[in-house]
Amino acid sequence: MDIVCIVCPKSCRITAAPGNPPVITGNSCKRGYQFALDELTAPKRTVCTTVRTVFPDAPVLPVKTSAEIPKDRIFDLMREINAFTLETRVGTGEAVIPDALGLGADVIATSDLLKETIPEGENDR
Amino acid sequence: MKPYDVIVIGGGPAGLAAAVSANDSGAAVCLIERENRLGGILKQCIHDGFGLLRFGARLTGPEYAQRYINEVRARDIDVFTETFVTKTESDGGGFVIHAVNRSGVTVLSANALVLATGCRERTAKQVFIHGTRPAGVFTAGTAQHFTNLMGLQPANNCVILGSGDIGLIMARRLTLEGAKVLGVYEAKPTPSGLTRNLHQCLYDYGIPLYLSKTVTRVFGEDRVTGVEISAVDDAMRPVPGTEEYVACDTLILSVGLIPENEIAEALGVKLDDRTKGPVCDGQFMTNVDGVFSCGNALHVNDLVDYVSENAAIAGKNAANYKKAPRKLLELQADASLLYLVPQTLDLNRDNSKTTLFFRSKEPLDGASLKIYADGNEVLGKRYAFLRPPEMETLTLDFERFGLTENSRVTFKIVPKAQEG
Repeated sequence: MDIVCIVCPKSCRITAAPGNPPVITGNSCKRGYQFALDELTAPKRTVCTTVRTVFPDAPVLPVKTSAEIPKDRIFDLMREINAFTLETRVGTGEAVIPDALGLGADVIATSDLLKETIPEGENDR
Repeated sequence: MKPYDVIVIGGGPAGLAAAVSANDSGAAVCLIERENRLGGILKQCIHDGFGLLRFGARLTGPEYAQRYINEVRARDIDVFTETFVTKTESDGGGFVIHAVNRSGVTVLSANALVLATGCRERTAKQVFIHGTRPAGVFTAGTAQHFTNLMGLQPANNCVILGSGDIGLIMARRLTLEGAKVLGVYEAKPTPSGLTRNLHQCLYDYGIPLYLSKTVTRVFGEDRVTGVEISAVDDAMRPVPGTEEYVACDTLILSVGLIPENEIAEALGVKLDDRTKGPVCDGQFMTNVDGVFSCGNALHVNDLVDYVSENAAIAGKNAANYKKAPRKLLELQADASLLYLVPQTLDLNRDNSKTTLFFRSKEPLDGASLKIYADGNEVLGKRYAFLRPPEMETLTLDFERFGLTENSRVTFKIVPKAQEG
């Protein structure tokens, strides 16, 4: 199996063959090895998207999964997130949907958009 | 009117890093941003992959920006948001900036300027697409703004022209939100975006990539109803007889970015034909004394990590800037390089740790970057592969090459096959 590593911009071209242990060549770091191993057995991805809010100043808030989830559950998760409306002003790193779909990863905010306070007078200098 | 040591124009990743670094070097710094929030384009780049080089962490755009915004907020830096620069003038010793904001016209002065004005997207007009002018033709960045900041869905069935990174990112983003991306068409024979983006954005979702094909016509009255696709020849000219019709409601363009340098040009800054950004020296100072350039205004970077790196250098040098005679030596990049930054060295400055950025003209498996001083090879650095979309950076000690004003310094990329 030919894999292009997506862990970093280097985009290493990795060859991975199943076996015990699997034969993985072309990676230049441990994370690349792990990525190739996952691609062989159970591919995973981080999902980055937005969640709708009730706040007119920010109709959507950027979010991501706190850990990678199985690649074949991405669209299930998207349906879950798109059915949700955020009603509290959470900040970066705070959970929006805890343990989404029971996959062991939280959907967390990636922006302080809803909490950001512009210092007094900054827009009125 | 309070005089600053450094005024930074632009509150995106480059401006934030330049302001932090200038302040850390002891300068009184002012940062001017035209939008109401700092962070620049990173605010809408909600995907991850930023910051691996800079922070060793895989961050989304807003998370990366927030780290620098926090750094700016933690320092005594005067931030002006919702402020638009209308005029910049040199007043002999320094610079005077005229800006408008809610308070009216503000006049500010500084010893040095850092231009961190970013870049713009090329538009349909600039790539000569014929046909009607219906709604539904967007640049990838505009589609990203609609989707990620406004929460609107700009497309149901879309064609993407250009395989630049933003186009690839938007192909995945729109697919996640339920749109059908019919294909990404690239006029060049090789993809423009990063290899990992082809894989994680297109191939992961079964989105086809068509090379050497372009959009030649748009159809539709009120809204796009379809586009005409044509194959192109080696010179990227559409080949008659190859036209095919693809029904769609949206055409998204990801056909390149151009450094934004209106303010620079008004100051008399000379631009490089290859980068479309200012010609600069090893300190990232332009030909105009006291005017520094960084980030995507200097040249279009593929990673924000590099933007932060060169902006920090520009900010530090702006903070330490004192008017002094310059002894400029041109660094000549031959046709094997797409471009080289910086384009010059000021021999009156310390060039012992000069950061260089370059791109190869051709995709190459196995090649060396060679630097010659007066015909003698002074450096040869091997690369396993070089790709035009993937910028390379290195830091060099030019002092050890014994350069003078009359030296001839040339850069060349030699493919492995041609090496002895």
